[in-house]
Amino acid sequence: MRNDGTLDRRAVAAALLRDPGDLLVVTGLGAPTYDAAAAGERPLNFYLWGAMGGAAMVGLGLALAQPRRRVLVLTGDGEMLMGMGALATIAAAGAPNLAIAVLDNARYGETGAQPSHTGLTTDLAAVAAACGWPATVTARDMPAVEALRPRLRQEHVFAVVRISPAELPRHLPPRDGAYLADRFRRALDVGGD
Amino acid sequence: MSQTTWQAQVYAALKDARIVQLGYVPDAGHAQLIEAAHADPAMRAVVLTTEEEGIALAAGAWLGGQRAALLMQSSGVGNCINMLSLPVTCRMPFLTLITMRGEWAEFNPWQVPMGTATPAVLTAAGVHVRRADHPGDAAEIVAASAALAFDSAVPVAVLFSQRLVGAKVFAK
Repeated sequence: MRNDGTLDRRAVAAALLRDPGDLLVVTGLGAPTYDAAAAGERPLNFYLWGAMGGAAMVGLGLALAQPRRRVLVLTGDGEMLMGMGALATIAAAGAPNLAIAVLDNARYGETGAQPSHTGLTTDLAAVAAACGWPATVTARDMPAVEALRPRLRQEHVFAVVRISPAELPRHLPPRDGAYLADRFRRALDVGGD
Repeated sequence: MSQTTWQAQVYAALKDARIVQLGYVPDAGHAQLIEAAHADPAMRAVVLTTEEEGIALAAGAWLGGQRAALLMQSSGVGNCINMLSLPVTCRMPFLTLITMRGEWAEFNPWQVPMGTATPAVLTAAGVHVRRADHPGDAAEIVAASAALAFDSAVPVAVLFSQRLVGAKVFAK
């Protein structure tokens, strides 16, 4: 097994989501949803509490619908692995305003910290590159995370951030999907349709 | 346009319903719709690696103020089940057009189980199911299903029967 990451996931999320402005954020189920909520609850965060494997594709549909906005998908390694085909779909579609950041603890943290494929043999950044993503990054320390932050808001980049497997207290945002979707659309001022 | 095909009428119904993103897993029965979508500068056609991606795509489109639809074959319905929790839980519209296999002059036995299960599986997952058997009313059924999906914010599937689409011929 590769060495575990050392970064505190909440510190990483806080850094990546600092001063979000009108950034459109989609989070994958489990800890990334809690991390984004802990960094600052806001209507333009759309939290997935289920639909595992769907975060990246929600990001694509949103990015295509809002080409003048920036979209960030913040998810975990297990969620990204389940929807790995989306890396090919997104690269083929082309969405210059979409970025993905995977908080990679090499674990299925919600279910007992079983090792995931990223702790065994799989390098998601290499998968994304092989799918045709024009830019991929792996960040292992906070300076790299700080350098990643502006890139996630300017580039079509796929990033892996190696975080500590330490489990943190859950920070629970609203989980009523209809409420989350409605407030997101109102905040975007597309609620009329 | 006296030679307009039912597929062309269905595409027009999608346009009338203001669909602007079309996710698809390639299927011979949907080939005309897929070609029309790629030829249409006002339509974003997105080729998927697996059908459930199209449900998440449609959810994202809806969050961003656009309407999407998903084209797939009945064999792909089984891939979609958990992802259907997304439009159901979030009370989002969802429209999918499904070409049926395994029900009419089917040559390939591997298509029969999922084709047989498709209506029941969709219904169990919370999707409203409509069925088009005749070329004369396929577009009308799509138009009504799009209205149901987007006006009432529910998931709707239109099944294009294998008799309508034409059974695939396996030449020896």
